Amino acid sequence: MNCYLGVDIGSISTKGVIIDENNNIITSAYIWTEGNPVNAVKNLIEILKKDLNSKYIVKGIGTTGSARKLIGLLLNANIVKNEIMAHAVGTLALYPDVKTILEIGGQDSKIILLNNGIITDYAMNTLCAAGTGSFLSSQAKRLNINIEDFGSLALKSTNPVKIAARCTVFAESDLIHKAQVGYKKEDIVAGLCKSIVLNYLNNVGKGKKIKSPVIFQGGVSKNIGVLKYFKEILNTDVIVDPNSHLMGALGIAILAKKNKTNNIYDLNIKNIDFLTKANECKGCSNNCEILKIYKDDKLIDIWGNRCDRYIKN
Amino acid sequence: MANYYIPANYLIKNICDVEIIEAPFITTQTIELGNKYSPEFVCTPFKYTLGTMIECLDKGANMLLQFGGGCRYGYYSELQEQILKDLGYKFELVNLITAGKINIKKIYKIIKKIDKNFKVSKGLYYLYITVNMIKYMDKIDDYIRQNIGFEVEKNSFNNLLKEMLEKFKTVNNPIQLYILYKIYFKKFKKIKINKPKNCLKVGIIGELYTLMEPFSNYFLEKELASFNIEIKRFTNVNYLLFDNKKIVNKALKKSKKYMKYKMCADSSTNVYWAKYLGINKYDGIIHIKSSFCTPEIGVMPILDKIANDYNIPIIYFSFDANTSEVGIKTRLEAFYDMLEMRRK
Repeated sequence: MNCYLGVDIGSISTKGVIIDENNNIITSAYIWTEGNPVNAVKNLIEILKKDLNSKYIVKGIGTTGSARKLIGLLLNANIVKNEIMAHAVGTLALYPDVKTILEIGGQDSKIILLNNGIITDYAMNTLCAAGTGSFLSSQAKRLNINIEDFGSLALKSTNPVKIAARCTVFAESDLIHKAQVGYKKEDIVAGLCKSIVLNYLNNVGKGKKIKSPVIFQGGVSKNIGVLKYFKEILNTDVIVDPNSHLMGALGIAILAKKNKTNNIYDLNIKNIDFLTKANECKGCSNNCEILKIYKDDKLIDIWGNRCDRYIKN
Repeated sequence: MANYYIPANYLIKNICDVEIIEAPFITTQTIELGNKYSPEFVCTPFKYTLGTMIECLDKGANMLLQFGGGCRYGYYSELQEQILKDLGYKFELVNLITAGKINIKKIYKIIKKIDKNFKVSKGLYYLYITVNMIKYMDKIDDYIRQNIGFEVEKNSFNNLLKEMLEKFKTVNNPIQLYILYKIYFKKFKKIKINKPKNCLKVGIIGELYTLMEPFSNYFLEKELASFNIEIKRFTNVNYLLFDNKKIVNKALKKSKKYMKYKMCADSSTNVYWAKYLGINKYDGIIHIKSSFCTPEIGVMPILDKIANDYNIPIIYFSFDANTSEVGIKTRLEAFYDMLEMRRK
């Protein structure tokens, strides 16, 4: 039987799903990237392989997320697409009538507006990491709270503090100030959750008409505190799918299915030696950072050149 | 700025007896230099031009020409002059625009000072050729932009353009220039392209420097061409120097619904152009500016409204010396995917 693999390699976590011909998820995995996408994907594939019945053959592989290009090379993917498309396609497969997708991930956040199953508008955060998952997790660490308990702790609060959330740096100093004057931990945590929502709506969602059904996904969607404030501030129901963290991977798997060729893919990548070497080109004063990608000591691609000086082979 | 140094050099070379030091192409080194000596929150064109000035001075220039006005840019040359003098450079900086207007008397005095033998008739003659050269270049550029994404043989457009510009440098009279232009236009039309009838069409509007200097917009047009998109850009030197007033007045008349008064720099025309793109059923609008560009920030809410009224997607980019190239690519790729999806 045919199956298709989708891998979403984010800054914080790496997600993978394998789907069948009817877009049903056969198996999925979610692990931390830990700054090493190649290793993370190797581990991810091993986990996925364990649950995969031997009757399935992989007919397509897709990659998305910030390391999509590199991992696309590693896995020999037949499609490499940006996160926006992947998230939209994945969500549409489960909720065909979705109008708004709110997504908050580790390093970036985006909003996608759809109409009749077509993306009509989107926006992504620029320049600033305020209101993303990495900000939440660093603050959780500072407050000595498990990131998994963050949401439930926020729900306990009856009086969330106001936090200046324009920018992570300002937010953090404001947070320290609030803690030092003796606010309760749950009030601070709730304030943080609320500030993330406000920041998101003011930055990414600025000028966008948010229509229901609204779906919230990405790692932060697992935080019930943030979800609560989204519902409260948008004054509408916000759906979080149990697989909300896998939407990007699901979407790219579906795209891989749509773009399938006759190739059959091998998932034995555990022993492939994959290496990136970087050097600065001294050809002109541009000093481009040249990245050379080696697979088993064989040069397979070169990135980063602005001119034609470095071309593969 | 892009290829416009050619007509500028041509004019100066022919009317007065000076040695011209061609400004080197902008590289990361230029930006680093500009960044180092600029106020932090000034817009990027300031940093780029300052970096270029330093590079020229290092090459031995003792006179710099500056041509700026419209927005904050009008104050830039004085500030840049001060910064460079504080750095210990000895030179003369001439701004051809005073208080937002071209002051002919002042320019005449300056040229006379540089070259005592300067003759007005000769100056006007070469000015006429230069003006035409810019017009022809802009027309050719327009054609290239519409078709470069579909060239069969890679670089065929750029190679021919280079060849044409080399020839342009050597012309002596307007008729010769005109004939060259006609010959090359025919040659451009002969370049093989593989262009589908209903290809995606995108209009680029925004702040002029970022639009026209490819390095400062991370070669956006090249990137778009690689997606096989036809590009429409209105801003060029021809517009800035000769058609500006006409188009601004037209813009105010035709877009009354969106603005009552003239807006700073090119904001009013951008509103008009965005409306034009909407009416003419373009697939999308890309609005680019340098970070902190006040006139263009002011125009964004109006553009949002136009995009909404004409159901045309719009994407905004702010460029800065520290912009992440990967981030731009991801957003652009997604924009392209969205346009494709809408078409289907």
